[in-house]
Amino acid sequence: MSDPGMTDPGMTGPASIRATVRVVLPQHLCTLADVDSEVLLTVARPVTRRSVLDALENRYPMLCGTIRDHVTRAHRPKLRFYANEEDITHESQDSPLPEAICSGTKPLLIVGAISGG
Amino acid sequence: MSTVRILVGTKKGAFILTADGKRKKWSVSGPHFAGWEIYHIKGSPVDPNRIYASQTSSWFGQIIQRSDDGGKTWHQPGSANEPSTNSSGMPRGESNKFVYDTSAETGKPLTTHQWYDGTQHPWEFARVWHLEPSLSDADTVYAGVEDAALFRTTDGGHTWHELAGLRGHESGPRWQPGAGGMCLHTIVLDPRNPERIFVAISAAGAFRSEDGGKTWRPINQGLRSQYIPDPTAEVGHCVHRIAIHPNRPDTLFMQKHWDVMRSDDGGDSWREISGNLPSDFGFPIAVHAHEPETIYVVPIKSDSLHYPPEGKLRVYRSRSGGNEWQALTKGLPQKNCYVNILRDAMAVDTLEPCGIYFGTTGGQVYASADAGDSWAPIARDLPAVLSVETQTLS
Repeated sequence: MSDPGMTDPGMTGPASIRATVRVVLPQHLCTLADVDSEVLLTVARPVTRRSVLDALENRYPMLCGTIRDHVTRAHRPKLRFYANEEDITHESQDSPLPEAICSGTKPLLIVGAISGG
Repeated sequence: MSTVRILVGTKKGAFILTADGKRKKWSVSGPHFAGWEIYHIKGSPVDPNRIYASQTSSWFGQIIQRSDDGGKTWHQPGSANEPSTNSSGMPRGESNKFVYDTSAETGKPLTTHQWYDGTQHPWEFARVWHLEPSLSDADTVYAGVEDAALFRTTDGGHTWHELAGLRGHESGPRWQPGAGGMCLHTIVLDPRNPERIFVAISAAGAFRSEDGGKTWRPINQGLRSQYIPDPTAEVGHCVHRIAIHPNRPDTLFMQKHWDVMRSDDGGDSWREISGNLPSDFGFPIAVHAHEPETIYVVPIKSDSLHYPPEGKLRVYRSRSGGNEWQALTKGLPQKNCYVNILRDAMAVDTLEPCGIYFGTTGGQVYASADAGDSWAPIARDLPAVLSVETQTLS
């Protein structure tokens, strides 16, 4: 049965200190986590790519190691991160994400690099 | 009646082929893990329902899958029906965590090996090439990985720990990758001595442990490789595959990059048994389940061509432990065949007569239910086959 992809039940509080972030995953990671393409995560503000990925891995531990290296925590080289129609792949993981992401207006996209051919 | 299950790993998922003991009619399930490379999938000899699979992707890394019901359902150990965080509050998901051991306790934490250009290069985990379940415990599995190292789980795949004595061997800084990467692709467990393990690494050679994997020694004496500066060097040989018969664990058969080799002293010394083969280049080698001196190889034209000589797919069988080889062609394509058969893509069942199976890079899986005398495709259009393993179920 597919996971409904609901918020992290362990985090509560007003929207001023927490955000509900939408994350769109590539197909293979959806299969691994048994979720639809978009999941909802509750993340403490300020919201960064690191904090979103921390929340994602905490909620779906089977994704540990598939997006970030277990040890270095660097993102895997063939993944891209798009936020509010911007490629933020090469920005710091600790940079605050756009308000459109933090407000849930737009999703954070995690995309597998195109293989070409 | 017995059942035979063939576990097939391909470039785009795993497939499970099943037949009764007659081995005439086969059912196919899959793809399991569709779209992922399944480098290896193998069942536990202790509990045949326990199957482990190495699922990899250059995008998303390494996943270990486990089935406890003979391949009907799968899960990542540690991720199903268990708390999502450990006692420290950190996410679990460690079944795919292969981290090289650099602790002081190993004595020789090693950080580099030789790179293509001769410089030293950090060890970097890429994938699990081979999973070898223990002969005595369904929860214990050995994993051979790229960059070459040996890992072991003793908790059914929840966590993996490196047996660092291998990578810590003093020759480690001289190991270097072949064109396919520096991989530990062969793990052979001695059924008579649980402390004895053989492994093979491309392109370092063969190694043996007598103490359960703590310490290792190279076992490459007698190998001759013209493609390295010293053809008889202690390490640097591109061993492709090693096979044994369970009743004769001191006798090892090896398909090397070039040359088919044999040892009768547990790898201390090797002699060539290529004999009348049309080419002694190839990848897999297998031993008949009931005849320790009957062995099988699939000659490939050369290391630069990677297809069968003359476009004829021929398995060669020796009933004399090498040197005299017979071409087995009945049922195999004898013209315009340009597939390859990879190192882990050949296996035998334990029925009488012995069944032989192999998969090709063209997506065919061929089976012989008469020890190789005749062959038939049991799957024709799978993705490129990376590995073939068998389970004989009573």
